[in-house]
Amino acid sequence: MALITYREALNQALREELDRDERVFIMGEEVGYFGGAFKVTDGLIATYGEKRVRDTPISELTIVGAGVGAAMGGLRPVVELMTINFALLAIDQIVNTAAKARYMFGGQTKVPLVIRAPQGGGHQLGAQHSQSLEAYFVHCPGIRVALPATAADAKGMLKYAIRQEDPVMFLEHESLYGMKGEVPEDEDYLVPFGQAKVVREGKDVTIIAYSKTVHDALIAADLLENQGTDAEVIDLRTLNPLDIATVLESVRKTARAVVVYEGWLTGGAGAEVAAQIYQAAFDDLDAPIQRVASADVPMPYNRHLEAAALPSPDKIVRAVERIS
Amino acid sequence: MDIGKELVLEMYRKMHRIRNFEQKIKDLTTAGEIPGFAHVSIGEEATAVGVCSALRPTDRITSTHRGHGHLIAKGGDVARMMAEIYGKRTGYCKGKGGSMHIADFSLGILGANGIVGGGIPIATGSALAAKLAKTGEVTACFFGDGAANEGTFHESLNLASIWKLPVIYICENNGFGEFTPTAAVTSVKDIAVRAKGYDIPGYVVDGNDVFEVYRHTSEAAARARAGEGPTLLECKTYRWEGHVVGEGAFISGKYRTEEEVARWKARCPIIALEKAVLESGMLKRDELDRVAQQAREEVEAAVQFARQSPLPEPSEANEDLWI
Repeated sequence: MALITYREALNQALREELDRDERVFIMGEEVGYFGGAFKVTDGLIATYGEKRVRDTPISELTIVGAGVGAAMGGLRPVVELMTINFALLAIDQIVNTAAKARYMFGGQTKVPLVIRAPQGGGHQLGAQHSQSLEAYFVHCPGIRVALPATAADAKGMLKYAIRQEDPVMFLEHESLYGMKGEVPEDEDYLVPFGQAKVVREGKDVTIIAYSKTVHDALIAADLLENQGTDAEVIDLRTLNPLDIATVLESVRKTARAVVVYEGWLTGGAGAEVAAQIYQAAFDDLDAPIQRVASADVPMPYNRHLEAAALPSPDKIVRAVERIS
Repeated sequence: MDIGKELVLEMYRKMHRIRNFEQKIKDLTTAGEIPGFAHVSIGEEATAVGVCSALRPTDRITSTHRGHGHLIAKGGDVARMMAEIYGKRTGYCKGKGGSMHIADFSLGILGANGIVGGGIPIATGSALAAKLAKTGEVTACFFGDGAANEGTFHESLNLASIWKLPVIYICENNGFGEFTPTAAVTSVKDIAVRAKGYDIPGYVVDGNDVFEVYRHTSEAAARARAGEGPTLLECKTYRWEGHVVGEGAFISGKYRTEEEVARWKARCPIIALEKAVLESGMLKRDELDRVAQQAREEVEAAVQFARQSPLPEPSEANEDLWI
């Protein structure tokens, strides 16, 4: 184990997979000489060269589409979108091609494409640079959606994403890049998709989170402990596939659930989680499921306003209090 | 002409196969026997066949919503195509794709595409894969005049130019984007001149002359294989039929004159080929007729195959999404 940042863990994953499989290559805006907007690909071009670490024009739709074509052509592209906000310029190729090609062509092809993108608010970057858009992709069948919350998961999930055969939206939270954690050094350290993790055990309430909100939930759980409430915290890790079984097992034990996500409240991925809990475990619940998410407004710029719009440990505590 | 007799006969066969296939699709759609949108390419056969005849079997293509001709030209099996359009399990996509999503990856056909311009970045990425893996393959990217006004066209030509990718962009300018004349919505008379903006060669080609299309594609493919990058070919042709079969039911008024259609029908690409090879003495009438007859029979057999094929089971709707 090594104590490294989430950013370094992603960089390690990329290095190891570039070493392991010559079909793997990276392309995106500023991924080469600049080392990536968030320095995730720092230093890779020096080791692997311009052929495998490719700086692209600012052409998101074609970068993703070319990733699809390269994947169909037998390679394993890792495309970086500078931020998820720009994925909206590429959404046609993500939804209409990457996610559909295998199915609509009757299983004739596969698209082993990983699209990495930072996302999330909290840095006073305003409405167009602070979004969490996982729900857009969770809504669309045919593409996996992975959101690691820790350095270890960042490495193991990215390596798994590159090795498996389906297209993946790999969403990294901008607030997590500097966060350190113990990361296995094993080159075959993989975190398979569809395995939610109970990151804190408790008996009174289940807090279901993913990406940065896992850390908010853990802080909230500590605050709740002071009040005598013993919270269990689950990190979903991937939204597609969704490990609802782990969630249900916990909810059946605690009889209370709070779902926390940074996307907008309305139509967010957490709403789907809540719906599935209701459908499968209605009789096990002692209280209505609470959701803590971003307010239904474009992200405001002022830091007080931004904090008011984002989920937080305090808001999670209040949500738990409402049903305790 | 530096094209051998066997290749010419093969071109002729494929053009007839396309013409018969498309005519049959039109008739069966009109009769209500097959569902979905039918975009047929009657009149445009020389472009599809001229391009694909200049490619190797391992080269790849991307196609469009008006893609039957491209698929047949690249070697697609008309029976499996027809079965797909009938929605049968024996179709290329097991009945999950339909006319706009037929593909045969074993033949390098990376799929028709229901999004205008959607195939352009895919072809560009396919060419990137060939370049990185040093396979020597080229990718031919079919798209229409309408797609030349999509962002993917401009983004992809730029990318292919800076990376010198082995891709040939084939703009089939058939005169109309759906029901709108190309000239009314396009800044340039010749889309080929847009190549200049991306510092790549661009040529206007008579898209109804299969030999000229073949020659230009062969040159572009040679350039691509030599590492010299992409080429834009604008093949000027004409859509004899409407944008979609049965459009008369939902559009009022005419968007083109009968004289214009007649003028282009007089320039039929199949008759042009016949005329050229009969005059040069390369082929005799009965040789041509035999091939044309075979093409008709193949399409008839394809319809029988499609009709007799089993439908997919409802449970198959949940298959083929993930690996």
